[in-house]
Amino acid sequence: MKILITIHKDEVAPRFDQTSEILITETEGEKITGEPRIILLPGTSGEDICGLAIKENISLVICGGIEDTHYQYLKWKKIKVVDGVIGPYQQALNSAVTNHLKPGVILPGAGISGEQSR
Amino acid sequence: MAKKKKRASFQANAPLLSQLDVISLLDSMTLGVLFMDPARRVIAINRFLEALTGYNREEVVGVHGENVIRSNLLSKGDPVGKALESDETMTLEGDIINQSRKKNPIRFTIAPLKLTTGKKAGVMILLEDISLLKDLDNKIHGFSGQERIIGNSRKMHEIFELLPITARTDASVLITGETGTGKDLVAEAIHKASKRSRYPFIKINCGALPESLLESELFGHVRGAFTGADRDKPGMFRLAHGGTLFLTEIGDLSLPLQVKILTVLDDKEFFPVGGSKKVSVDVRIITATNRDLGELVKLGEFREDLYYRLNVLRLHLPPLREREDDFRLLLDHFFLEFKANLHKKLKGFSADCLKILSFYSYPGNVRELRNIVEYAVNVCPNGTIRPEHLPKTLLTMPQASTPSALDREVTSKAGNEKSMSGNPAKMTSSAILSPGGWGQVEKNIILKALTTTRGNRSRAAELLGWSRSKLWRKIKHHALE
Repeated sequence: MKILITIHKDEVAPRFDQTSEILITETEGEKITGEPRIILLPGTSGEDICGLAIKENISLVICGGIEDTHYQYLKWKKIKVVDGVIGPYQQALNSAVTNHLKPGVILPGAGISGEQSR
Repeated sequence: MAKKKKRASFQANAPLLSQLDVISLLDSMTLGVLFMDPARRVIAINRFLEALTGYNREEVVGVHGENVIRSNLLSKGDPVGKALESDETMTLEGDIINQSRKKNPIRFTIAPLKLTTGKKAGVMILLEDISLLKDLDNKIHGFSGQERIIGNSRKMHEIFELLPITARTDASVLITGETGTGKDLVAEAIHKASKRSRYPFIKINCGALPESLLESELFGHVRGAFTGADRDKPGMFRLAHGGTLFLTEIGDLSLPLQVKILTVLDDKEFFPVGGSKKVSVDVRIITATNRDLGELVKLGEFREDLYYRLNVLRLHLPPLREREDDFRLLLDHFFLEFKANLHKKLKGFSADCLKILSFYSYPGNVRELRNIVEYAVNVCPNGTIRPEHLPKTLLTMPQASTPSALDREVTSKAGNEKSMSGNPAKMTSSAILSPGGWGQVEKNIILKALTTTRGNRSRAAELLGWSRSKLWRKIKHHALE
Protein backbone atom coordinates (compact mmCIF):
# COMPACT_ATOMS: atom_id res chain seq x y z
CA MET A 1 0.00 0.00 0.00
CA LYS A 2 1.28 3.46 -0.87
CA ILE A 3 0.55 6.18 1.69
CA LEU A 4 0.69 9.96 1.31
CA ILE A 5 0.74 12.18 4.40
CA THR A 6 0.52 15.96 4.28
CA ILE A 7 3.01 17.19 6.86
CA HIS A 8 4.16 20.33 8.60
CA LYS A 9 7.35 19.97 10.63
CA ASP A 10 6.85 16.78 12.68
CA GLU A 11 3.07 16.83 12.55
CA VAL A 12 0.27 16.10 10.12
CA ALA A 13 -0.35 19.44 8.36
CA PRO A 14 -3.47 21.22 9.66
CA ARG A 15 -4.83 21.72 6.14
CA PHE A 16 -4.62 19.61 3.01
CA ASP A 17 -4.75 22.51 0.53
CA GLN A 18 -2.22 24.63 2.43
CA THR A 19 0.40 21.98 2.92
CA SER A 20 3.91 22.59 1.69
CA GLU A 21 5.40 19.17 2.38
CA ILE A 22 4.20 15.65 1.75
CA LEU A 23 5.57 12.30 2.79
CA ILE A 24 5.13 9.27 0.58
CA THR A 25 5.86 5.82 1.85
CA GLU A 26 5.08 2.24 0.98
CA THR A 27 3.95 -0.53 3.30
CA GLU A 28 3.62 -4.24 3.09
CA GLY A 29 1.39 -5.81 5.70
CA GLU A 30 2.24 -3.98 8.89
CA LYS A 31 5.74 -3.01 7.77
CA ILE A 32 7.04 0.15 6.16
CA THR A 33 9.13 -0.83 3.18
CA GLY A 34 11.85 1.37 1.77
CA GLU A 35 12.82 4.89 2.68
CA PRO A 36 9.92 7.38 2.95
CA ARG A 37 10.19 10.28 0.50
CA ILE A 38 9.52 13.86 1.58
CA ILE A 39 8.55 16.20 -1.22
CA LEU A 40 8.48 19.99 -0.87
CA LEU A 41 5.56 21.64 -2.67
CA PRO A 42 6.04 25.40 -2.97
CA GLY A 43 2.78 27.20 -3.73
CA THR A 44 0.79 24.03 -4.28
CA SER A 45 -3.01 23.85 -4.28
CA GLY A 46 -5.36 21.09 -3.16
CA GLU A 47 -5.94 20.17 -6.81
CA ASP A 48 -2.21 19.70 -7.32
CA ILE A 49 -1.95 17.36 -4.34
CA CYS A 50 -4.95 15.37 -5.62
CA GLY A 51 -3.21 15.13 -9.02
CA LEU A 52 0.01 14.02 -7.36
CA ALA A 53 -1.81 11.36 -5.32
CA ILE A 54 -3.27 9.92 -8.53
CA LYS A 55 0.03 10.12 -10.38
CA GLU A 56 1.84 8.37 -7.54
CA ASN A 57 -0.81 5.63 -7.35
CA ILE A 58 -1.53 6.38 -3.72
CA SER A 59 -3.96 4.11 -1.86
CA LEU A 60 -4.27 6.09 1.37
CA VAL A 61 -4.08 9.81 2.11
CA ILE A 62 -3.62 10.95 5.71
CA CYS A 63 -4.27 14.63 6.27
CA GLY A 64 -5.72 17.31 8.54
CA GLY A 65 -8.66 19.43 7.39
CA ILE A 66 -9.67 18.81 3.79
CA GLU A 67 -12.37 20.46 1.70
CA ASP A 68 -15.23 18.17 0.73
CA THR A 69 -14.54 18.67 -2.99
CA HIS A 70 -11.04 17.27 -2.63
CA TYR A 71 -12.21 14.52 -0.29
CA GLN A 72 -14.97 13.38 -2.65
CA TYR A 73 -12.62 13.56 -5.62
CA LEU A 74 -10.04 11.32 -3.94
CA LYS A 75 -12.77 8.93 -2.83
CA TRP A 76 -14.07 8.84 -6.37
CA LYS A 77 -10.58 7.93 -7.53
CA LYS A 78 -10.74 5.02 -5.04
CA ILE A 79 -8.17 6.62 -2.74
CA LYS A 80 -8.97 6.14 0.95
CA VAL A 81 -8.75 9.36 2.96
CA VAL A 82 -8.26 9.51 6.72
CA ASP A 83 -8.76 13.20 7.45
CA GLY A 84 -8.93 15.44 10.48
CA VAL A 85 -5.85 13.78 11.98
CA ILE A 86 -4.03 15.85 14.61
CA GLY A 87 -0.62 14.88 15.91
CA PRO A 88 2.89 13.70 14.93
CA TYR A 89 2.91 12.21 11.44
CA GLN A 90 5.10 9.30 12.54
CA GLN A 91 2.44 8.28 15.06
CA ALA A 92 -0.23 8.68 12.41
CA LEU A 93 1.74 6.49 10.02
CA ASN A 94 2.31 3.80 12.63
CA SER A 95 -1.39 3.72 13.48
CA ALA A 96 -2.32 3.63 9.78
CA VAL A 97 -0.03 0.68 9.14
CA THR A 98 -1.70 -1.32 11.91
CA ASN A 99 -5.10 -0.15 10.62
CA HIS A 100 -5.89 1.78 13.80
CA LEU A 101 -5.96 5.31 12.41
CA LYS A 102 -9.41 6.85 12.50
CA PRO A 103 -10.63 10.11 10.93
CA GLY A 104 -10.72 13.06 13.34
CA VAL A 105 -8.34 11.44 15.82
CA ILE A 106 -6.23 13.59 18.13
CA LEU A 107 -3.11 11.51 18.65
CA PRO A 108 -1.49 11.39 22.10
CA GLY A 109 1.55 13.36 20.95
CA ALA A 110 -0.51 16.30 19.61
CA GLY A 111 0.55 19.64 21.03
CA ILE A 112 3.42 18.38 23.15
CA SER A 113 6.10 19.24 20.64
CA GLY A 114 6.11 22.86 21.77
CA GLU A 115 5.92 25.85 19.49
CA GLN A 116 5.02 25.12 15.90
CA SER A 117 7.41 27.41 14.16
CA ARG A 118 6.26 28.61 10.77
CA MET B 1 -11.68 65.58 37.12
CA ALA B 2 -14.58 63.53 35.69
CA LYS B 3 -12.06 61.25 34.00
CA LYS B 4 -10.25 60.68 37.28
CA LYS B 5 -13.54 59.79 38.97
CA LYS B 6 -14.38 57.35 36.22
CA ARG B 7 -10.98 55.70 36.49
CA ALA B 8 -11.36 55.46 40.26
CA SER B 9 -14.75 53.77 39.96
CA PHE B 10 -13.32 51.38 37.34
CA GLN B 11 -10.45 50.47 39.68
CA ALA B 12 -12.93 49.89 42.46
CA ASN B 13 -14.69 47.39 40.22
CA ALA B 14 -11.47 45.59 39.25
CA PRO B 15 -11.95 42.71 41.73
CA LEU B 16 -15.42 42.21 40.26
CA LEU B 17 -13.93 42.03 36.77
CA SER B 18 -11.39 39.44 37.86
CA GLN B 19 -14.20 37.29 39.26
CA LEU B 20 -16.29 37.37 36.08
CA ASP B 21 -17.03 34.02 34.49
CA VAL B 22 -15.25 34.96 31.25
CA ILE B 23 -15.99 31.71 29.45
CA SER B 24 -19.76 32.04 30.05
CA LEU B 25 -19.52 35.59 28.79
CA LEU B 26 -17.67 34.47 25.67
CA ASP B 27 -20.18 31.66 25.17
CA SER B 28 -22.92 34.23 24.70
CA MET B 29 -21.05 35.85 21.79
CA THR B 30 -21.80 35.17 18.13
CA LEU B 31 -18.07 35.24 17.36
CA GLY B 32 -15.62 32.39 17.65
CA VAL B 33 -12.97 33.02 20.32
CA LEU B 34 -9.69 31.14 20.67
CA PHE B 35 -7.11 31.72 23.37
CA MET B 36 -3.62 30.32 22.75
CA ASP B 37 -0.52 30.23 24.93
CA PRO B 38 2.85 31.52 23.62
CA ALA B 39 3.54 28.00 22.23
CA ARG B 40 0.31 28.39 20.21
CA ARG B 41 -1.49 25.70 22.16
CA VAL B 42 -5.18 26.08 22.91
CA ILE B 43 -6.04 27.43 26.34
CA ALA B 44 -9.77 27.80 25.70
CA ILE B 45 -12.37 28.18 22.97
CA ASN B 46 -15.93 29.45 23.26
CA ARG B 47 -19.17 27.72 22.26
CA PHE B 48 -19.45 29.52 18.92
CA LEU B 49 -16.00 28.31 17.91
CA GLU B 50 -17.03 24.79 18.90
CA ALA B 51 -19.87 25.12 16.38
CA LEU B 52 -17.65 26.73 13.74
CA THR B 53 -14.94 24.08 13.93
CA GLY B 54 -16.90 21.06 15.12
CA TYR B 55 -14.50 20.50 18.01
CA ASN B 56 -15.40 20.15 21.64
CA ARG B 57 -13.46 22.50 23.94
CA GLU B 58 -12.29 19.80 26.34
CA GLU B 59 -10.70 17.68 23.63
CA VAL B 60 -8.66 20.49 22.09
CA VAL B 61 -7.09 22.08 25.16
CA GLY B 62 -3.33 21.73 24.73
CA VAL B 63 -3.56 21.03 20.99
CA HIS B 64 -1.93 23.49 18.55
CA GLY B 65 -4.54 26.13 17.75
CA GLU B 66 -3.92 25.89 14.02
CA ASN B 67 -4.95 22.23 14.08
CA VAL B 68 -8.30 23.27 15.53
CA ILE B 69 -9.22 26.20 13.31
CA ARG B 70 -7.43 24.93 10.16
CA SER B 71 -7.13 28.38 8.65
CA ASN B 72 -5.19 29.68 5.70
CA LEU B 73 -3.42 32.23 7.94
CA LEU B 74 -0.13 30.48 7.24
CA SER B 75 -0.23 31.73 3.66
CA LYS B 76 -0.81 35.28 4.89
CA GLY B 77 2.59 35.80 6.48
CA ASP B 78 1.98 34.18 9.87
CA PRO B 79 0.02 36.97 11.62
CA VAL B 80 -0.21 34.85 14.80
CA GLY B 81 3.57 34.84 15.05
CA LYS B 82 3.62 38.61 14.50
CA ALA B 83 1.02 39.15 17.24
CA LEU B 84 3.11 37.05 19.61
CA GLU B 85 6.22 39.08 18.88
CA SER B 86 4.66 42.54 18.86
CA ASP B 87 1.83 44.39 20.59
CA GLU B 88 -0.04 44.75 17.34
CA THR B 89 -3.66 43.75 16.85
CA MET B 90 -4.51 42.91 13.28
CA THR B 91 -7.60 42.06 11.29
CA LEU B 92 -7.55 40.07 8.09
CA GLU B 93 -9.78 37.87 5.99
CA GLY B 94 -9.24 34.22 5.19
CA ASP B 95 -11.01 30.93 5.64
CA ILE B 96 -11.18 27.82 7.78
CA ILE B 97 -12.12 24.20 7.10
CA ASN B 98 -14.34 22.58 9.71
CA GLN B 99 -14.81 18.95 10.71
CA SER B 100 -17.59 18.59 8.13
CA ARG B 101 -14.99 19.47 5.44
CA LYS B 102 -16.68 22.77 4.73
CA LYS B 103 -14.67 25.87 3.95
CA ASN B 104 -16.04 29.01 5.61
CA PRO B 105 -14.86 32.57 4.90
CA ILE B 106 -13.74 34.18 8.16
CA ARG B 107 -12.63 37.61 9.35
CA PHE B 108 -9.84 37.05 11.86
CA THR B 109 -8.91 39.55 14.55
CA ILE B 110 -5.63 38.57 16.17
CA ALA B 111 -4.59 40.28 19.38
CA PRO B 112 -1.73 39.61 21.79
CA LEU B 113 -2.72 38.60 25.32
CA LYS B 114 -0.96 40.35 28.18
CA LEU B 115 -1.07 39.89 31.91
CA THR B 116 -1.54 42.92 34.17
CA THR B 117 2.19 42.69 34.87
CA GLY B 118 2.83 43.33 31.16
CA LYS B 119 4.08 39.79 30.55
CA LYS B 120 2.99 38.22 27.26
CA ALA B 121 0.52 35.40 27.82
CA GLY B 122 -0.28 34.35 24.28
CA VAL B 123 -2.74 35.33 21.58
CA MET B 124 -6.48 35.73 21.24
CA ILE B 125 -8.11 35.11 17.86
CA LEU B 126 -11.64 36.25 17.14
CA LEU B 127 -13.27 34.49 14.21
CA GLU B 128 -16.24 36.14 12.53
CA ASP B 129 -18.12 34.01 10.00
CA ILE B 130 -18.50 36.28 6.97
CA SER B 131 -20.24 33.80 4.64
CA LEU B 132 -23.29 36.07 4.56
CA LEU B 133 -21.26 39.15 3.69
CA LYS B 134 -19.45 37.21 0.98
CA ASP B 135 -22.77 36.02 -0.44
CA LEU B 136 -24.06 39.59 -0.44
CA ASP B 137 -20.89 40.75 -2.11
CA ASN B 138 -21.28 38.07 -4.74
CA LYS B 139 -24.91 39.08 -5.23
CA ILE B 140 -23.93 42.70 -5.83
CA HIS B 141 -21.35 41.55 -8.32
CA GLY B 142 -23.84 39.34 -10.10
CA PHE B 143 -23.38 35.99 -8.38
CA SER B 144 -25.48 34.91 -5.44
CA GLY B 145 -24.97 31.91 -3.19
CA GLN B 146 -28.28 30.56 -4.40
CA GLU B 147 -26.95 30.48 -7.90
CA ARG B 148 -24.83 27.58 -6.75
CA ILE B 149 -28.08 25.70 -7.28
CA ILE B 150 -28.21 25.80 -11.02
CA GLY B 151 -31.31 25.08 -13.01
CA ASN B 152 -33.62 26.48 -15.59
CA SER B 153 -36.10 23.65 -15.85
CA ARG B 154 -39.70 24.05 -14.79
CA LYS B 155 -39.20 21.74 -11.80
CA MET B 156 -36.20 23.71 -10.55
CA HIS B 157 -38.10 26.98 -10.97
CA GLU B 158 -40.76 25.57 -8.67
CA ILE B 159 -38.03 24.84 -6.10
CA PHE B 160 -36.56 28.35 -6.45
CA GLU B 161 -39.99 29.85 -5.86
CA LEU B 162 -40.47 27.78 -2.70
CA LEU B 163 -37.04 28.53 -1.20
CA PRO B 164 -37.73 32.08 0.08
CA ILE B 165 -41.10 31.00 1.47
CA THR B 166 -39.44 28.10 3.27
CA ALA B 167 -36.72 30.38 4.62
CA ARG B 168 -39.22 32.84 6.12
CA THR B 169 -40.78 30.35 8.53
CA ASP B 170 -39.38 28.23 11.33
CA ALA B 171 -41.34 25.13 10.33
CA SER B 172 -39.56 21.81 9.77
CA VAL B 173 -38.54 21.09 6.21
CA LEU B 174 -38.23 17.67 4.60
CA ILE B 175 -36.09 17.58 1.47
CA THR B 176 -36.45 14.47 -0.63
CA GLY B 177 -34.69 13.41 -3.78
CA GLU B 178 -32.29 10.85 -5.14
CA THR B 179 -28.62 10.87 -4.29
CA GLY B 180 -26.68 13.70 -5.92
CA THR B 181 -29.67 15.95 -6.54
CA GLY B 182 -28.44 18.75 -4.26
CA LYS B 183 -30.34 18.25 -1.00
CA ASP B 184 -27.45 19.61 1.07
CA LEU B 185 -27.18 22.74 -1.08
CA VAL B 186 -30.88 23.44 -0.73
CA ALA B 187 -30.79 22.96 3.05
CA GLU B 188 -27.91 25.39 3.34
CA ALA B 189 -29.59 27.91 1.04
CA ILE B 190 -32.70 27.84 3.26
CA HIS B 191 -30.58 28.43 6.36
CA LYS B 192 -28.64 31.27 4.75
CA ALA B 193 -31.80 33.01 3.63
CA SER B 194 -33.45 32.62 7.05
CA LYS B 195 -33.28 34.86 10.11
CA ARG B 196 -31.11 32.17 11.74
CA SER B 197 -28.30 32.70 9.26
CA ARG B 198 -26.04 34.40 11.82
CA TYR B 199 -26.12 31.24 13.90
CA PRO B 200 -24.60 27.86 13.09
CA PHE B 201 -25.77 25.51 10.37
CA ILE B 202 -24.85 22.03 11.50
CA LYS B 203 -25.17 18.96 9.33
CA ILE B 204 -25.22 15.42 10.62
CA ASN B 205 -25.58 12.24 8.62
CA CYS B 206 -27.93 9.91 10.49
CA GLY B 207 -26.84 6.96 8.39
CA ALA B 208 -23.13 7.34 9.01
CA LEU B 209 -22.98 6.51 12.70
CA PRO B 210 -24.13 3.60 14.87
CA GLU B 211 -27.16 4.34 17.04
CA SER B 212 -25.39 4.84 20.36
CA LEU B 213 -22.77 7.12 18.84
CA LEU B 214 -25.38 9.11 16.93
CA GLU B 215 -27.39 9.66 20.11
CA SER B 216 -24.32 11.05 21.83
CA GLU B 217 -23.45 13.17 18.75
CA LEU B 218 -26.95 14.64 18.61
CA PHE B 219 -27.79 15.11 22.26
CA GLY B 220 -24.35 15.13 23.86
CA HIS B 221 -23.44 13.23 26.98
CA VAL B 222 -22.30 13.89 30.50
CA ARG B 223 -19.03 12.70 31.92
CA GLY B 224 -19.24 9.07 33.00
CA ALA B 225 -22.38 8.33 30.93
CA PHE B 226 -20.65 5.35 29.38
CA THR B 227 -17.21 3.78 29.14
CA GLY B 228 -14.91 6.27 27.50
CA ALA B 229 -17.09 9.32 28.25
CA ASP B 230 -14.35 11.02 30.22
CA ARG B 231 -15.77 14.53 29.71
CA ASP B 232 -19.03 16.33 28.93
CA LYS B 233 -19.94 16.64 25.28
CA PRO B 234 -22.42 19.32 24.19
CA GLY B 235 -23.93 17.50 21.18
CA MET B 236 -25.13 18.91 17.87
CA PHE B 237 -28.49 20.16 19.16
CA ARG B 238 -26.76 22.42 21.66
CA LEU B 239 -24.10 23.53 19.18
CA ALA B 240 -26.79 24.50 16.68
CA HIS B 241 -28.62 26.62 19.27
CA GLY B 242 -30.20 29.59 17.51
CA GLY B 243 -29.40 28.10 14.12
CA THR B 244 -30.36 25.13 11.98
CA LEU B 245 -29.70 21.43 12.42
CA PHE B 246 -29.67 19.54 9.14
CA LEU B 247 -30.28 15.82 9.59
CA THR B 248 -29.48 14.05 6.37
CA GLU B 249 -30.40 10.40 5.65
CA ILE B 250 -33.19 10.73 8.23
CA GLY B 251 -34.74 7.51 6.88
CA ASP B 252 -31.84 5.59 8.44
CA LEU B 253 -32.62 6.84 11.95
CA SER B 254 -33.41 4.07 14.45
CA LEU B 255 -36.85 3.97 16.12
CA PRO B 256 -35.59 4.83 19.66
CA LEU B 257 -33.79 7.90 18.32
CA GLN B 258 -36.88 8.87 16.33
CA VAL B 259 -38.76 9.08 19.65
CA LYS B 260 -36.07 11.32 21.12
CA ILE B 261 -36.08 13.63 18.08
CA LEU B 262 -39.86 13.83 18.27
CA THR B 263 -39.62 14.89 21.91
CA VAL B 264 -37.14 17.66 21.08
CA LEU B 265 -39.36 18.89 18.26
CA ASP B 266 -42.35 19.03 20.60
CA ASP B 267 -40.78 20.26 23.84
CA LYS B 268 -37.65 22.00 22.54
CA GLU B 269 -35.71 20.35 25.35
CA PHE B 270 -33.99 17.04 25.99
CA PHE B 271 -31.79 15.08 28.38
CA PRO B 272 -28.17 14.54 27.27
CA VAL B 273 -27.07 10.89 27.40
CA GLY B 274 -26.58 9.99 31.07
CA GLY B 275 -27.73 13.44 32.17
CA SER B 276 -30.43 14.29 34.69
CA LYS B 277 -30.75 17.97 33.79
CA LYS B 278 -32.89 19.00 30.85
CA VAL B 279 -31.32 21.20 28.20
CA SER B 280 -33.43 23.74 26.30
CA VAL B 281 -32.63 24.54 22.70
CA ASP B 282 -33.97 26.74 19.96
CA VAL B 283 -33.10 24.92 16.76
CA ARG B 284 -34.78 24.69 13.38
CA ILE B 285 -34.77 21.21 11.92
CA ILE B 286 -34.25 20.49 8.24
CA THR B 287 -34.19 16.83 7.23
CA ALA B 288 -33.34 15.07 4.00
CA THR B 289 -33.59 11.57 2.67
CA ASN B 290 -33.42 9.66 -0.57
CA ARG B 291 -35.79 7.04 0.78
CA ASP B 292 -39.57 7.04 0.63
CA LEU B 293 -40.52 7.92 4.22
CA GLY B 294 -44.20 7.25 3.53
CA GLU B 295 -43.30 3.71 2.54
CA LEU B 296 -41.08 3.32 5.64
CA VAL B 297 -44.05 4.41 7.78
CA LYS B 298 -46.18 1.69 6.16
CA LEU B 299 -43.44 -0.86 6.86
CA GLY B 300 -43.31 0.27 10.48
CA GLU B 301 -39.69 1.42 10.15
CA PHE B 302 -40.44 5.11 10.60
CA ARG B 303 -42.77 6.67 13.15
CA GLU B 304 -45.84 8.17 11.57
CA ASP B 305 -46.05 11.02 14.10
CA LEU B 306 -42.43 12.01 13.41
CA TYR B 307 -43.05 11.78 9.67
CA TYR B 308 -45.89 14.30 9.90
CA ARG B 309 -43.86 16.49 12.25
CA LEU B 310 -40.92 16.63 9.80
CA ASN B 311 -43.02 16.83 6.67
CA VAL B 312 -44.46 20.28 7.39
CA LEU B 313 -42.79 21.81 4.36
CA ARG B 314 -41.62 19.47 1.68
CA LEU B 315 -39.26 20.04 -1.18
CA HIS B 316 -38.75 17.28 -3.69
CA LEU B 317 -35.63 17.70 -5.81
CA PRO B 318 -35.99 16.20 -9.25
CA PRO B 319 -33.38 13.79 -10.57
CA LEU B 320 -31.25 15.00 -13.44
CA ARG B 321 -33.18 12.96 -16.00
CA GLU B 322 -36.29 15.00 -15.16
CA ARG B 323 -34.40 18.25 -15.68
CA GLU B 324 -33.91 17.93 -19.41
CA ASP B 325 -33.38 21.69 -19.91
CA ASP B 326 -30.69 21.72 -17.23
CA PHE B 327 -28.35 19.05 -18.56
CA ARG B 328 -26.52 21.36 -20.96
CA LEU B 329 -26.60 24.24 -18.50
CA LEU B 330 -24.97 22.13 -15.79
CA LEU B 331 -22.51 20.57 -18.21
CA ASP B 332 -21.34 24.00 -19.38
CA HIS B 333 -21.23 25.34 -15.83
CA PHE B 334 -19.04 22.52 -14.55
CA PHE B 335 -16.88 22.66 -17.64
CA LEU B 336 -16.19 26.38 -17.16
CA GLU B 337 -15.66 25.92 -13.42
CA PHE B 338 -13.06 23.16 -13.78
CA LYS B 339 -11.44 24.77 -16.80
CA ALA B 340 -10.86 27.93 -14.77
CA ASN B 341 -9.75 26.03 -11.64
CA LEU B 342 -7.25 23.94 -13.56
CA HIS B 343 -6.10 26.81 -15.80
CA LYS B 344 -6.75 24.75 -18.94
CA LYS B 345 -7.35 26.12 -22.38
CA LEU B 346 -10.02 23.69 -23.49
CA LYS B 347 -12.55 24.46 -26.21
CA GLY B 348 -15.43 22.24 -25.14
CA PHE B 349 -16.88 18.81 -25.87
CA SER B 350 -16.81 17.05 -29.23
CA ALA B 351 -20.13 16.01 -30.80
CA ASP B 352 -19.41 12.30 -30.10
CA CYS B 353 -18.63 13.10 -26.52
CA LEU B 354 -21.82 15.11 -26.08
CA LYS B 355 -23.81 12.26 -27.56
CA ILE B 356 -22.38 9.80 -25.02
CA LEU B 357 -22.99 12.24 -22.19
CA SER B 358 -26.54 13.03 -23.21
CA PHE B 359 -27.45 9.35 -23.59
CA TYR B 360 -26.12 8.38 -20.19
CA SER B 361 -28.69 7.92 -17.42
CA TYR B 362 -26.80 9.55 -14.47
CA PRO B 363 -27.93 7.39 -11.57
CA GLY B 364 -25.73 9.64 -9.40
CA ASN B 365 -27.46 12.73 -10.78
CA VAL B 366 -25.78 16.17 -10.72
CA ARG B 367 -22.93 14.97 -8.51
CA GLU B 368 -22.08 12.26 -11.03
CA LEU B 369 -22.25 14.69 -13.94
CA ARG B 370 -19.92 17.03 -12.05
CA ASN B 371 -17.44 14.24 -11.35
CA ILE B 372 -17.47 13.14 -14.98
CA VAL B 373 -16.78 16.69 -16.19
CA GLU B 374 -14.01 17.11 -13.62
CA TYR B 375 -12.42 13.87 -14.77
CA ALA B 376 -12.66 14.84 -18.44
CA VAL B 377 -11.21 18.31 -17.88
CA ASN B 378 -8.35 16.79 -15.88
CA VAL B 379 -7.60 14.10 -18.40
CA CYS B 380 -7.94 16.12 -21.62
CA PRO B 381 -4.56 17.79 -22.27
CA ASN B 382 -5.83 20.50 -24.63
CA GLY B 383 -8.27 21.25 -27.45
CA THR B 384 -11.62 19.48 -27.39
CA ILE B 385 -12.77 16.84 -24.92
CA ARG B 386 -13.30 13.62 -26.85
CA PRO B 387 -14.84 10.24 -25.81
CA GLU B 388 -11.44 8.85 -24.82
CA HIS B 389 -11.20 11.57 -22.17
CA LEU B 390 -14.37 10.39 -20.45
CA PRO B 391 -14.19 7.88 -17.55
CA LYS B 392 -13.80 4.38 -18.94
CA THR B 393 -16.70 3.14 -16.84
CA LEU B 394 -18.97 5.51 -18.76
CA LEU B 395 -17.88 4.11 -22.10
CA THR B 396 -18.21 0.48 -21.10
CA MET B 397 -21.36 0.79 -18.98
CA PRO B 398 -24.57 -0.22 -20.74
CA GLN B 399 -26.47 3.03 -20.77
CA ALA B 400 -29.32 3.40 -18.29
CA SER B 401 -29.30 -0.29 -17.65
CA THR B 402 -28.55 -0.16 -13.95
CA PRO B 403 -31.34 -1.54 -11.82
CA SER B 404 -31.46 1.68 -9.82
CA ALA B 405 -32.18 3.66 -12.93
CA LEU B 406 -34.95 1.34 -13.97
CA ASP B 407 -36.54 1.25 -10.55
CA ARG B 408 -37.07 4.94 -10.32
CA GLU B 409 -40.28 6.79 -10.46
CA VAL B 410 -41.61 8.56 -13.48
CA THR B 411 -40.13 11.64 -14.99
CA SER B 412 -42.01 14.85 -15.47
CA LYS B 413 -42.42 13.92 -19.07
CA ALA B 414 -43.83 10.63 -17.96
CA GLY B 415 -46.45 12.74 -16.21
CA ASN B 416 -47.28 14.32 -19.53
CA GLU B 417 -47.37 10.97 -21.12
CA LYS B 418 -49.80 9.74 -18.58
CA SER B 419 -52.10 12.65 -18.98
CA MET B 420 -52.08 11.80 -22.65
CA SER B 421 -52.96 8.20 -22.05
CA GLY B 422 -55.25 9.00 -19.17
CA ASN B 423 -53.45 6.70 -16.73
CA PRO B 424 -53.10 7.52 -13.02
CA ALA B 425 -50.25 9.76 -12.00
CA LYS B 426 -47.89 7.02 -10.92
CA MET B 427 -46.29 4.29 -12.94
CA THR B 428 -42.98 2.51 -12.93
CA SER B 429 -40.24 4.00 -14.94
CA SER B 430 -39.56 0.79 -16.80
CA ALA B 431 -42.28 1.91 -19.17
CA ILE B 432 -40.47 5.16 -19.76
CA LEU B 433 -36.83 4.49 -19.09
CA SER B 434 -35.37 2.08 -21.52
CA PRO B 435 -31.75 1.15 -22.12
CA GLY B 436 -30.35 4.19 -23.87
CA GLY B 437 -30.66 6.77 -21.14
CA TRP B 438 -32.46 10.05 -21.27
CA GLY B 439 -32.09 10.32 -25.05
CA GLN B 440 -34.08 7.12 -25.52
CA VAL B 441 -36.66 8.19 -22.97
CA GLU B 442 -37.13 11.47 -24.79
CA LYS B 443 -37.45 9.68 -28.11
CA ASN B 444 -40.13 7.37 -26.68
CA ILE B 445 -42.05 10.31 -25.25
CA ILE B 446 -42.02 12.15 -28.57
CA LEU B 447 -43.19 9.03 -30.39
CA LYS B 448 -45.95 8.50 -27.87
CA ALA B 449 -47.09 12.12 -28.18
CA LEU B 450 -47.09 11.90 -31.96
CA THR B 451 -49.02 8.62 -31.86
CA THR B 452 -51.59 10.08 -29.47
CA THR B 453 -52.11 13.13 -31.68
CA ARG B 454 -52.02 11.00 -34.85
CA GLY B 455 -48.98 12.79 -36.14
CA ASN B 456 -50.26 16.32 -35.47
CA ARG B 457 -47.07 18.11 -34.47
CA SER B 458 -48.76 21.24 -33.13
CA ARG B 459 -50.91 19.19 -30.76
CA ALA B 460 -48.00 16.94 -29.86
CA ALA B 461 -45.88 20.01 -28.97
CA GLU B 462 -48.77 21.32 -26.90
CA LEU B 463 -49.07 18.00 -25.04
CA LEU B 464 -45.36 17.96 -24.33
CA GLY B 465 -45.42 21.57 -23.20
CA TRP B 466 -42.89 22.51 -25.88
CA SER B 467 -42.88 25.04 -28.65
CA ARG B 468 -43.33 23.70 -32.19
CA SER B 469 -39.75 24.64 -33.05
CA LYS B 470 -38.42 22.71 -30.04
CA LEU B 471 -40.39 19.65 -31.06
CA TRP B 472 -39.11 20.04 -34.62
CA ARG B 473 -35.51 20.23 -33.37
CA LYS B 474 -35.99 17.17 -31.20
CA ILE B 475 -37.57 15.22 -34.08
CA LYS B 476 -34.57 16.10 -36.22
CA HIS B 477 -32.18 15.21 -33.39
CA HIS B 478 -33.73 11.77 -32.91
CA ALA B 479 -34.11 11.22 -36.67
CA LEU B 480 -37.83 10.61 -36.32
CA GLU B 481 -38.73 12.10 -39.66
